[in-house]
Amino acid sequence: MATRNLILAFETSCDETSIAVVEDGKTILSNIVATQIDSHKRFGGVVPEVASRHHIEQITRCLDEALTTAEVTYDDLTAVAVTYGPGLVGALLIGVTAAKTVAFAHHLPLIPVNHMAGHIYAGRFVSEFEFPQMALLVSGGHTELVYIKSENEFEILGETRDDAAGEAYDKIGRVLGVNYPAGKTIDTWAHEGNDTFEFPRAMEKDASYDFSFSGLKSAFINTVHNAEQRGVELNKQDLAASFQQSVVDVLAEKTDRALDRYPVKQLVLAGGVAANLGLRERIERDMQERHPDTKLIMAPIKLCGDNGAMVGAAGYVAYQHQQRAEMNLNADPGLSF
Amino acid sequence: MKILAMDTSNHPLSVALVEDDQLIAETTLNLAKNHSVYLMPVIEKLMAGASWQPEQLDRIVVAKGPGSYTGIRIAVTTAKTLAATLKIEMVGISSLALIAANVATINPDLLVVPFFDARRGNVFAGGFKYENNRLNNVMPEQHVSFEELLIALKQKAENVVLVGNITDVFKSQLEPFDSSKFKIAPASATVPSAYQLALLGNQETPVVDIDKFIPNYLRVTEAEAQWQKLHPGESKQSYVREV
Ligand SMILES: [Zn+2]
Repeated sequence: MATRNLILAFETSCDETSIAVVEDGKTILSNIVATQIDSHKRFGGVVPEVASRHHIEQITRCLDEALTTAEVTYDDLTAVAVTYGPGLVGALLIGVTAAKTVAFAHHLPLIPVNHMAGHIYAGRFVSEFEFPQMALLVSGGHTELVYIKSENEFEILGETRDDAAGEAYDKIGRVLGVNYPAGKTIDTWAHEGNDTFEFPRAMEKDASYDFSFSGLKSAFINTVHNAEQRGVELNKQDLAASFQQSVVDVLAEKTDRALDRYPVKQLVLAGGVAANLGLRERIERDMQERHPDTKLIMAPIKLCGDNGAMVGAAGYVAYQHQQRAEMNLNADPGLSF
Repeated sequence: MKILAMDTSNHPLSVALVEDDQLIAETTLNLAKNHSVYLMPVIEKLMAGASWQPEQLDRIVVAKGPGSYTGIRIAVTTAKTLAATLKIEMVGISSLALIAANVATINPDLLVVPFFDARRGNVFAGGFKYENNRLNNVMPEQHVSFEELLIALKQKAENVVLVGNITDVFKSQLEPFDSSKFKIAPASATVPSAYQLALLGNQETPVVDIDKFIPNYLRVTEAEAQWQKLHPGESKQSYVREV
C-alpha cells in the first residue's frame, strides 16, 4: 500500500455535526456536514442541550457517509482527528467521544485539534501555507487575529473583548426583525444601502489588536429605538450598511496595523463571518493597496462555517508534529491557542 | 458471545466484559468525575486485561437513560459508534431497569421502584417486577415529583421497594407513608453493575437502526417545551439537514 495519509476528522463544537476524510492534509475526499440551524432558528440562537441531542442523532450516520463518500475503509485510514475545543462542552463531547471510540476500535492514533486552528486550515485547501503567517478569524463565537510564526505555532495577537463579530450581527439582526442567523441578510442589505449613520468604529485608535463590538451594538440599538419613539422609520438597508461598514472598518484596520507590525508572507481570512462578502471585498482591496507582498488566502465560502475537512487539514499538520491524544482526552470548551 | 457493557448514566461508571453470561472483567467507579475522561481508558484497560481485541466483540450493551443528560450521551455515543464502526450488535437497556435488576430477581412479590434524583424534588422513576424469568416494566418510566410518586405507589396492590439515594428531603416526604408498604433497598443495591447490564442485554433483541438510536432522556429540553407550547402541532420530522 502506497503511503497515503488519510485522516478521518470529527467536528461537533457547535451546531454542525461534520465528519470528513482528508488526504495529505489538502485534498477533501468527503466532508459531510449536518447542520442543525433550522432547529436553533426556533429559539433565536443555539441552545446547547438541543445541540448535543442533535449531534448524537447524527454522529454514526455522518461517520458512515464520510467513509462511503470518500470510498475508503477503516483499514485505509492513518489517523483520527477531532476538535476538542473551544466550543460548547456537550456538543464537543459527542465528537470527542466518537473519535476516541473509532481510534480505539481500529487501533488508530488520535489527534487533538483546536477548532480555531481548524478554521485557519480551511485556507489550506486554497493554497500551500508559508510562514510567518497571519490569520483573521471571524465567526459567531470568535474574533481573533492570530500570528503563526511557523507551522503549528500559533499566537493570539488580539481578540474580542466582548461580543464576537457574528454575535453582534445576530443581536442587531434581532432589532431589525431578522431571524437568527442574521449575517447573510445583513450582508445582502448592506450591499443595497449606504453608510449614512456613521456608527462608532470601536477601538480604532486603541494600540492593542483587540476588538470590541459592544459600543457599536449599543449605538445601533439606540439609533433604532430613538427613531421608533419619534415614529420615524429608518431605512433598513442603510442601517445594515452602516453597521457592516463599522464592523469591517474595525476588522480591516486592526489587521492592517498588525500586518505593519508583523510582516508575514500570507494572510488567511477564515471563520463563519469570513463568508461575508463585504468583509471579503474590503480585505481584498486593502491587501492589494497596502500589503501587495502579502498573499491573501480566503477560506472558500463553503469551508468558512464549521466542517470536518478543516479539522482534517489542521489534524494533518498536528500529526506531522507528533501531537497525539490518549483515551482520556476530554472536551475543553475554553481552549485557546 | 463476547459482550461489552457500559453505564455512565449517573455518578457511577461501570464497564464489564461478559462471555456467555460469565463475567470476565468488571470495573465500577463511583467518583462522580468526568465520565468522558474515564470511560474509554477503563474499556481499554479491561479489554487489554482480558486480551480481547475490539474486532472480537459481538455485542455492545448500553444503559440508555434516564439519568444525567451528558452522562447518558457519553455511554450511548461510545456504544453507538463502537457498534456502527465494528458492524456488531447493540442493545440499549433502561438505566432504571439496570438498578431494579439488583433486587427484583430475589423479590418477585414486590414492586421494585428504582429512582434517580432529577433535582427540585423530582425523580426519574419506573416500576419493575420479576415475572416469568424476566424483568418487566410494570409502571412507565417517568419524570415525576417524589411526593407524587409515593402517592401513586400507595394505590398499588404490592408492597414497594424503593431503590435509590434517599436524601433528607425524600426521607421527610416518605415519613407520613405506611412503613410496611414501603421498603428501602440497601445502598449497595443502588449501584449499577455492568455485569448485570450485560445479562439484561443478552436477553434483548438488538437495535435495528443504530444510527437512529438515541438516549431516553424522559424529558424534552426546556427550550423545546416552551417552543412547543407556543407552536402547537408545528413540530417537524427533522430539524437537521445535510449541506
Ligand atoms: Zn467555528
